[in-house]
Amino acid sequence: MKKNRIFKIFIAFLIALAGLYLAQRLLMPKYMHGVTDGALTAEYYGERMDHDVLFIGDCELYENISPITLWREYGINSYIRGSAQQLIWQSYYLLEDSLRYEKPGVLVFNVLSLQYDKPQKEAYNRMTIDGMKWSSAKAGAIRASMTEEESFISYVFPLLRYHSRWNELEEDDFTYLFKRDKVSHSGYYLRTEVRAPENLPDPRILGDYSFGDNAWKYMDMIREKCEEEGITLILVKAPSLRPYWYDEWEEQVEEYAAKYDLPYYNFLETADEYGLDMNTDTYDGGLHLNVYGAEKLSSYFGKILSEKYAVPDRRGDADCAAVWEEKCRRYDEAKGT
Amino acid sequence: MLFTSAAFIIFVMAVILLYYLLPAVCRTYVLLAAGVVFYCFSGVTNLLYLAAAAAVTFIFAILIENRREASSAYMKEHKAELSAEARKSLKKKNAGKLKRLLLIGLLLDLGMLAVVKYTDFVIYNVNGALRLFGGTELSFLNIALPMGISFYVFQSLSYLIDVYRGKTKAQRDPFKYALFVSFFPQLVQGPISRYDDMAESLYNRDPFSSDKFFRGFECFIYGFFKKLVIADRLLGGVKEITANPENYTGGWVFLGMVLYAAELYCDFTGGIDITISIAEMLGIKLKENFDRPYFSKSLKEFWNRWHITMGTWFTDYIFYPVSVSPWMLKLSRWSRKHLGDTVGKRVPVYVSCILVWAATGIWHGASWNFVVWGLLNCVVLLVSQELDPLYTAAYKKLPFLKSRPWDVVKIIRTMFIVASLRILDCYRDVPLSFRMFFGMFTKGRWGEMLKGWSTLPGLTVADAVVAGCGIVLVFVVSLLGRHEDVRDRLKKRHFALRFALYYLLFMAVIIFGAYGIGYDQAQFIYNQF
Repeated sequence: MKKNRIFKIFIAFLIALAGLYLAQRLLMPKYMHGVTDGALTAEYYGERMDHDVLFIGDCELYENISPITLWREYGINSYIRGSAQQLIWQSYYLLEDSLRYEKPGVLVFNVLSLQYDKPQKEAYNRMTIDGMKWSSAKAGAIRASMTEEESFISYVFPLLRYHSRWNELEEDDFTYLFKRDKVSHSGYYLRTEVRAPENLPDPRILGDYSFGDNAWKYMDMIREKCEEEGITLILVKAPSLRPYWYDEWEEQVEEYAAKYDLPYYNFLETADEYGLDMNTDTYDGGLHLNVYGAEKLSSYFGKILSEKYAVPDRRGDADCAAVWEEKCRRYDEAKGT
Repeated sequence: MLFTSAAFIIFVMAVILLYYLLPAVCRTYVLLAAGVVFYCFSGVTNLLYLAAAAAVTFIFAILIENRREASSAYMKEHKAELSAEARKSLKKKNAGKLKRLLLIGLLLDLGMLAVVKYTDFVIYNVNGALRLFGGTELSFLNIALPMGISFYVFQSLSYLIDVYRGKTKAQRDPFKYALFVSFFPQLVQGPISRYDDMAESLYNRDPFSSDKFFRGFECFIYGFFKKLVIADRLLGGVKEITANPENYTGGWVFLGMVLYAAELYCDFTGGIDITISIAEMLGIKLKENFDRPYFSKSLKEFWNRWHITMGTWFTDYIFYPVSVSPWMLKLSRWSRKHLGDTVGKRVPVYVSCILVWAATGIWHGASWNFVVWGLLNCVVLLVSQELDPLYTAAYKKLPFLKSRPWDVVKIIRTMFIVASLRILDCYRDVPLSFRMFFGMFTKGRWGEMLKGWSTLPGLTVADAVVAGCGIVLVFVVSLLGRHEDVRDRLKKRHFALRFALYYLLFMAVIIFGAYGIGYDQAQFIYNQF
């Protein structure tokens, strides 16, 4: 009798868990159409090989660098672990997370996120963190990123966060209940539209141009982690016209790079060298590059990577080439060539 | 720590685990520690008030009992030596001492409550008077009201009075007594428990009972359903209407009244369900605080079924003692002599009623709107009492007044009276409340409100649909519970059906609950009292 009761409770418990799991899967945003940036973090775990170069940063990386071009022109096997408004502590924890799976030779970090010293927006936190697999890195990313209104438990059980989406459910929520399509090309978010910048606003005058202590703390952590793991750290500033990159910010990054003997490339300053034309190479008025601009920048940066940092050409590796062949096919299809 | 926060649920789970996993002798200490931790979340200094209330009543209860026992032992020992007159004199002297001890205990506890809760109210009124005479105004103390102080002070007072009356034996274990005052689920909004009702189960050492646990858990989910799915969703509508009286007049006030009636019911009963269910999971029995109050056919009946523990507290500790007090008996004799039997016999009842309702009002909050609300309740109750013979005669002559449809009319009428009186609670300003109430009949806008029903102010369509369905469910559950507790009815059903129903309720809370990002975490309304 007692055994029977325990069995019934056990079965009920399992059904309850299954129901909660289903509800959670259904109600979590899928990011398959429209704002697809939220799907980028999770997509990384589907990668079938290690990479020689890893890019970590915000939209200035995942919309401005094309790993397909790096592969085609230099045989560079790379991946972008990017996400919308990726804050520097999130970059650090994404690096920690990536090191659980692979050890790249080069890490490229975009310095724009140094401007943020405090957690920003919950929606962006979610897009970066929800897709991470559970590890101490994810827990660290949550703790470092939470705004006042957020709670840790809602990351553990995202249903507690997304429960109110019941009246916003769309076809995608059912279609992608148990599967996901790829939205990126090795982390690159491909856009083919062209929209030249018009009437760029004057840069806002800031009260204080110094990057915050917290931002520097995580910059140090990224640098130290790379030193520990024997990874070459390269700092870059992507050629986006907005948000405005102040001279004062540039000076601080240059100083930091010089202090720790780190390579730093500001692609805004070298735009002429690789022929970037903002009339044709941006899709949103100068915030991000379109695929044509991204290819130009990648072609330029790829040369630096292979010549200065000896990133190997993997085109002779059959397994690697097979994977990239498939990636290139998808890329061309999306690009319409 | 909000009852509806994830932290509270984890806290409760941890307490229940410790409670049953540790040896039964540790239970008092586990719950006491839980109470201290829970209370500290509202502010560590607030704990001092709770400790002071507990210490005062604990010590004075023992002093009273010791005094009584010593006196009784002395009388017994010297029975033969004492004359009848000496015995009488000793008894009188002893009674005086006991009364003094009681009064000191009561004054200390009530004094603390008065200082914390009512000082600024007094200053506000004194300043009003000073303004008239051009005097310098006093500064407010702005003391933050410690969580649940009205509840635990009243609970402590009832214990002290019961010990004084010889109804209850004083608890001599300070930890056990402290637990009675600080039992964490009831710290937020009661119920106001009596020591005798609670003691046996509070100090129980019974083994874990899955029946009790799941029974409690069922009520726990239902409490969350009422609070999160209904009350907190309606909150936006109530706030919008009552915070903008210039925009929402006429019919909108009626809508605000109805929404508030539903919100308050689900908020308060939901909170009490959570409280009672946590106690139940721990094997502790608390008094029920509601008995389907919105099915009441008169205001008197409503007050017998709404916030029952508060109502009985005022009856037992204010109404009866005042009614039989020497000065009231004197007043009774005087009024009969001077005003005649018909009027004279009513005077003491009226005076006691007015005192009780003024106290009820001021207990709810230190502002005139609550005092007026209490007194208006009193007026309605006394008027209906006076009209009672008329009703009785009408019932005899008009048989349809005993019919079911007429009962429904009476229920609706009672709800309207209750909701109308609560306007004072909604607007928190006496003249404005009256203006809004009378504006319902004079300012119209009913058509506008009915036309715009699909866009209720402060509520989304989703809020309205979810809350509406929730209210229907609560109504059905109340109907089903007329003769037997719904949980008992369901217990007779197949396990699969029971599980499915409670699981659906649980999922409804998880999915449709108004919590998390985008929702303000709303404290329980009664928490502020």
